[in-house]
Amino acid sequence: MKAEARVKLSEWLVTLPSFVWLLVLFLVPTVLVFAITFKPATPYGGIGEGWTLDTLRTLGNPNYPAIVWRTVWLSIAATALCILLATPMGYYMARVSPSRRRLVLLLVILPFWTSFLVRIFAWKVLLHPEGMLKHALVSLGLISPETSLLYNAYAVLLVMVYTELPFAILPIYAASEKFDFRLIEAAKDLGASSFRAFRSVFLPGIRVGLLTAFLMVFIPSLGSYVIPDIVGGPTSEMIGNKIAQRTFVDRNLPHAAGLSALLTVAVLVPMVAITALRRKENPRSALIEEGV
Amino acid sequence: MRRILAAGKTVSGAGKRRVQRAVSEFLEFEDVSKRYGEVKAVDHVSLSVRQGEFFSLLGPSGCGKTTLLRILAGFEQPDTGRVLLGGEDVTDLPPYERKVNTIFQSYALFPHLSVWDNIAFGLKVAKRPKREIKEEVARMLTLIQMEDQAWKKPDQISGGQKQRVAIARALVNKPRVLLLDEPLAALDLKLRQRMLIELDLIHDEVGITFLYVTHDQGEAMSLSDRIAVMKLGKIEQLGTPAEIYEAPRSSFVAAFIGDTNFFDGTVAEPLEKNSVLDGLLSVAVDKDYSRLKIEDFPDLECFNDKQIKEGEHVFLSIRPEKLSISRERPEAAPHLNMIEGLVEDVIYLGSQTKYWVRTGDYRISVIRQHSRYLLDEKPIRWREKVWISWHADDGFMLEKYSAQDENLIQLPPEEVGETTEGNQILARAAGGGAAPAESPGR
Repeated sequence: MKAEARVKLSEWLVTLPSFVWLLVLFLVPTVLVFAITFKPATPYGGIGEGWTLDTLRTLGNPNYPAIVWRTVWLSIAATALCILLATPMGYYMARVSPSRRRLVLLLVILPFWTSFLVRIFAWKVLLHPEGMLKHALVSLGLISPETSLLYNAYAVLLVMVYTELPFAILPIYAASEKFDFRLIEAAKDLGASSFRAFRSVFLPGIRVGLLTAFLMVFIPSLGSYVIPDIVGGPTSEMIGNKIAQRTFVDRNLPHAAGLSALLTVAVLVPMVAITALRRKENPRSALIEEGV
Repeated sequence: MRRILAAGKTVSGAGKRRVQRAVSEFLEFEDVSKRYGEVKAVDHVSLSVRQGEFFSLLGPSGCGKTTLLRILAGFEQPDTGRVLLGGEDVTDLPPYERKVNTIFQSYALFPHLSVWDNIAFGLKVAKRPKREIKEEVARMLTLIQMEDQAWKKPDQISGGQKQRVAIARALVNKPRVLLLDEPLAALDLKLRQRMLIELDLIHDEVGITFLYVTHDQGEAMSLSDRIAVMKLGKIEQLGTPAEIYEAPRSSFVAAFIGDTNFFDGTVAEPLEKNSVLDGLLSVAVDKDYSRLKIEDFPDLECFNDKQIKEGEHVFLSIRPEKLSISRERPEAAPHLNMIEGLVEDVIYLGSQTKYWVRTGDYRISVIRQHSRYLLDEKPIRWREKVWISWHADDGFMLEKYSAQDENLIQLPPEEVGETTEGNQILARAAGGGAAPAESPGR
């Protein structure tokens, strides 16, 4: 009993720093954000005394549903495109020779060596009305000279996919690498075509990687702010932009906090759903992850 | 289970008798070759298997047996030659269009599917009606006696059960040939023996052709109708288990299948009529028997069915159980060889005793069956002087094997972890037992 108690105590001591970290830097600020939502705003950008439901009422503003909808569909589209591109990539990376694999892995990680902002401005240059891409597409007759490549939702989507793609490739590659490719042979042996084997055996085999990729892309996408701010226009604003606008332009902190709380809830929904899904079949997926 | 009977005197005849080509050549490899870089995995192999036969490809790792199987399954393209199945050329067909199914060494059960869904996989892919799938899967579950485990996932069942599911998953498609790639290698000894019996029963029941790849001569001997012993991409000998055991065509086969004693000698003149052997007149001697000169040894007599010429250097192979051991010098008889030695080791094994007898440079292994064992008999013990004798018909003159062959034979077969046929020799020489199996050339 005594030894057990000591183990318990040491376990607590070891986990204490991370608990404190999460408490101070995550839980407390989140609670504050939710709390500020119910505070009145002062004309000078501060937080007033007392409690009010003003902010909640303004969230009913007809502007918001459109922005929330845009945020959700852009994030879903970006996530879907990323997974669609990353799955064959992960398959390829798991199948090539180790030396080629290292090279490809390096290429996937390479963009991280350049600042995020620089890369987005690079896209702005590329998509600019006077940019090379536009000229090339116009001279090929694929688009009319009036078409704008920049400042619309598609530009935002394009740059979002570009930015998030590595975060989809890496977990899918990690799962593919652990996948037992002899199963594909077994499926073909049983009469499955290559595509059928890919769909019925490979995709279920890398399920964990696909779910991780979904979370890794979908959640940051919901909170995008810099990308729509730089390559998007007024018609492609996302919730992130509104939060920034309320904070820095309108200086209405309760309003910004309300939108942030909304975003937090939106992020929690898929998180909780997927965690629950994984826990339900935990024993098995844990074994699969160990390569059994 | 079929037992391999030591067919005492088939020796000489079997060596000469060629296996008759059956009318219904069902599965044929014609001049098939496959190289991986410098390594000839399969080297111009021609082979035919009959319908309903249990046929084994047996050999040490690196002999090309798995490659041959993968060529038939469609996972590898041969460089030359073609494969015929029921008269139809299947060489260029993709795996999923061949009426063959494989049982993989690792079973390769789909981990995300239940036992039931694993077995149903092939039928679902073939878009068979739902009712038929249900019936067929149920029939298979009965065959492998796992009706009550149908909804378990592969990681919830034992190794032997996985093996049975793998068999059911293949058989449910009614393949024309069932390919088995070292299916028992991953099981422990007890389970392996049980699965051997089950495989044999299943083969008797379904009656389809089995092509069985193994490095384990015991498995091959006990299951097979015929065996092809392979070495370095070539078929060294093809025949029934008894033919291969009792009349090995080469010293490699003799050493790979079972134990044997080799004596290094030179063929001397054939025995003539009235020649004197050990003070006795030997009668009815003709050119079928030769004298063999062995250094530091009395001359030995051996059946010379291959008409090996005088002066040739050969190995004389004698199986341990063909030797008799006694304290007293046995009575001289025609064609009886005898040598004197000193017992170095005695291992009592219950049904038999194994002796190691030292004579000159040789350590001879002798097995004595205890067909009659009296408790008061004085067994032969360590350091006793003994006589070993055998009939000239029981010895074989074989060509010497090379040092390379010796490596193939002596590496412990348990360490095989293959499918990477081309790299096996290297992998094992480096001491890397079960290397992660990855298909070559990818």
